[in-house]
Amino acid sequence: MRRTINLKKGLNLSLAGGLSSTEVKTDIYPSRIAVIPDDFPGFTPKLDVAEGETVGIGQPIMHDKTDTDITIVSPVEGTVESIVRGARRKIERVVIKTGSSDVLPIAYPTPTTPAETRHILKRAGLWAMLRQRPYDIVPTGDSVPRDIFVTAMDTAPLALDMEKSSIINVENLKAGVKTLSRLTDGHIYIGVKKGSSLPDIDGAEMVEFNQLHPAGNAGVQAANIAPVSKGETIWTLDAITLAKIGSLMTNGTISPKVTVALTGSELVETKVVETVPGADLADLVKSDISNSGHPVRVISGNVLTGSPEGIDGFLRYPYRQVTVIPEGSDADEFMGWASVSPRKMSVSPSFIGRFFGKNFTPDARLQGGRRAMIMSEIYDRYFPMDILPEYLIKAVIAKDIDQMEALGIYEVAPEDFALAEYADPSKIELQRIVRQGLDYLRSEV
Amino acid sequence: MKTLRKYLNNIKPNFEPGGKLQSFQSVFDGFETFLFTPNTTSGPGAVNIHDSLDSKRIMIIMVLALMPCLLFGMYNTGYQNWLAAGATEFPFWQLMAYGFLAVLPRILVAYVVGLGIEFAVAQWRREEIQEGFLVTGILIPLICPVETPLWMLAVATAFSVIFVKEVFGGTGYNVFNVALVTRAFLFFAYPAQMSGDKVFVASRSILGLGNDLPDGFTGATPLGQIASFTGDKLELLNLRGDAISAMDAFIGLIPGSFGETSTLCILIGAAILLFTSIASWRIMLSVVVGGLLMGWVANTFHTPAYPASFLSPIDQLLYGGFAFAAVFMATDPVTAARTGAGKYVYGFLVGVVAVLIRTYNNGYPEGAMLAVLLANALAPLIDYCVVQSNISRRRRRLRARA
Repeated sequence: MRRTINLKKGLNLSLAGGLSSTEVKTDIYPSRIAVIPDDFPGFTPKLDVAEGETVGIGQPIMHDKTDTDITIVSPVEGTVESIVRGARRKIERVVIKTGSSDVLPIAYPTPTTPAETRHILKRAGLWAMLRQRPYDIVPTGDSVPRDIFVTAMDTAPLALDMEKSSIINVENLKAGVKTLSRLTDGHIYIGVKKGSSLPDIDGAEMVEFNQLHPAGNAGVQAANIAPVSKGETIWTLDAITLAKIGSLMTNGTISPKVTVALTGSELVETKVVETVPGADLADLVKSDISNSGHPVRVISGNVLTGSPEGIDGFLRYPYRQVTVIPEGSDADEFMGWASVSPRKMSVSPSFIGRFFGKNFTPDARLQGGRRAMIMSEIYDRYFPMDILPEYLIKAVIAKDIDQMEALGIYEVAPEDFALAEYADPSKIELQRIVRQGLDYLRSEV
Repeated sequence: MKTLRKYLNNIKPNFEPGGKLQSFQSVFDGFETFLFTPNTTSGPGAVNIHDSLDSKRIMIIMVLALMPCLLFGMYNTGYQNWLAAGATEFPFWQLMAYGFLAVLPRILVAYVVGLGIEFAVAQWRREEIQEGFLVTGILIPLICPVETPLWMLAVATAFSVIFVKEVFGGTGYNVFNVALVTRAFLFFAYPAQMSGDKVFVASRSILGLGNDLPDGFTGATPLGQIASFTGDKLELLNLRGDAISAMDAFIGLIPGSFGETSTLCILIGAAILLFTSIASWRIMLSVVVGGLLMGWVANTFHTPAYPASFLSPIDQLLYGGFAFAAVFMATDPVTAARTGAGKYVYGFLVGVVAVLIRTYNNGYPEGAMLAVLLANALAPLIDYCVVQSNISRRRRRLRARA
């Protein structure tokens, strides 16, 4: 009998532009891809390639400064087109012009010892796909986790059911769990949706969660199974990464394909496609963007945690979803705060829209001005952990390290605050505050 | 709307830095965001969509919830004036018009003084204008007696906006409820004028409407009568000398502060606030529970020494500002306790202390005001205890693991 955890706090947003079918419709092989180091917090990039160089599938593009084994690898065969740097020569992205799509990936030997396993995961670019708590960063090279938490459910708005991802099958998951079990003395937990068809995997404990966002966040699952205390480390990853690890162990090569849901109200056709990590967004969605004449926002990821990349951007970590919504910058809404329109999206019963049961097409406006924290207990409603989010946020703003620790900063990641940030009538940027707090803490402790 | 938008776009450059009217930028910005929802979109690292609820809408719902009390206050002001003059007919529209004329200068004074200070401070700090005073400005006339002299109202409003709100950082940072401090300032600074028998009933005709009451007229509120009561059988009288029933107090046709008398209208406001979940049901519930409990204790041990102890627990909720404080004052999210568990304690404290002061301190017939202010002061302490319990839970977990 599987353990079932029913979370009561959370919210499933009703958005227009959901998937009509979860079957993979087409393969899109992009003309260029980008590797973006910002997707890997805690990873200090050092380049392994130069402009104009050719790279193969699985070949390292960059490695970490402190542990040179941790690499990010190219998912395609091609030529490095440009290396874009920002202020203080920070590497913003490495753009690779893709070549042939039927080249074989680089092969890796099968590891036999824990040390070899670590080495291979790092060299194959899969280590960088893991996250550790505290700090929500790529695990440090010598990190030994207390437990490992795998989420096999994506509850984010408009997301594809993770179990439909093409790489997820029982063999891959089994091999993945077997590999990870060499790296921890603790448990491996797999969080699955209630009523999931995934069978039990040897070596892992399956825990069922109800599908109320943010129940699909690995960190939320961890907090409700066995929360992180000070001095402990846990790893979190999604089942796709787990299956990729399994696939690497069985085939000896990385599997460069990802299954991506193209969603959002501004797409003529929403669909599931196969592509590669870092794919050019123009190749993925440009032909499907509805021609309304209004500006659109192309988000890599979901509407809550995704990054607004624009049409010339790239698919970013965790490579699962693209959402296109109206930007709203050209809206001229007269006295929006007094609106009785059923098209205004809100969790507040003061807007009548929620009583019609329709899907909303929200745009990217803040829908109000930034204010001090006025209303209380709003964050709590969307925060299913034993943490007082308001007080944690205040401690972070005050840079009070003792208080942050005492209030559970080690248990959280910015994504856990996304729903609260959405619902906040004071429009405070909670995710940014938490990210800055985690970075500050890591630099001070 | 297009023309208005165009007009705003045309005059906007004047208010930007370097423009002729740059010292009014906050004011312009305040009006612009009031008229048109700003087109600011979220940046990277933040959520891409936001809920439509913003602080403007929260404040406007508060104001809406206060409207039944305001309208009834107008009617009641007229009614009390007619009643005191011995009228037998009560023409509805004349009563309303009289009450409207009586309260209008007070609303205007509160808004002009309060918003003036808010606008100036916002400009000085180069911030957006905050909406908090929209609610405070309507609360102040509602909780003050109708005959409060305008200059006193202006002084009290200025004092509390500056020293209770702005010095702490503006809306969202204040420790005490701004409207209640205005009331408390009036009560303590001008006790002779503010707690007599005359101030609660409008006694002069306005623009030919209403009646001039004789100079010797007294119109004590029920709580005022109780405070000066001696004997052992409590009977409350209205301005004509008839007995006041609990029903009169529930409907609100009794003398009292302008908007506080009608428990019925307050309940309508409470329904609006609870339906839209703008106010916390936890606080409202626990204030009522606290008031009933303390009322029951006082009533069980009633004694002529403390005449208010003759009131039944239900009467304690109906008279004075208790219901108004429970619904509109104690639930102010900024000054109330912020944690879920803390709210029960905070509300209970308000309810108990309100009845406690009212019953056992004859000097202060209205305990609700002081009870909420006291609870405001203690709210951070209550929250501190709740936060500490969360922290020690985490510590215990750490120790259990180690």
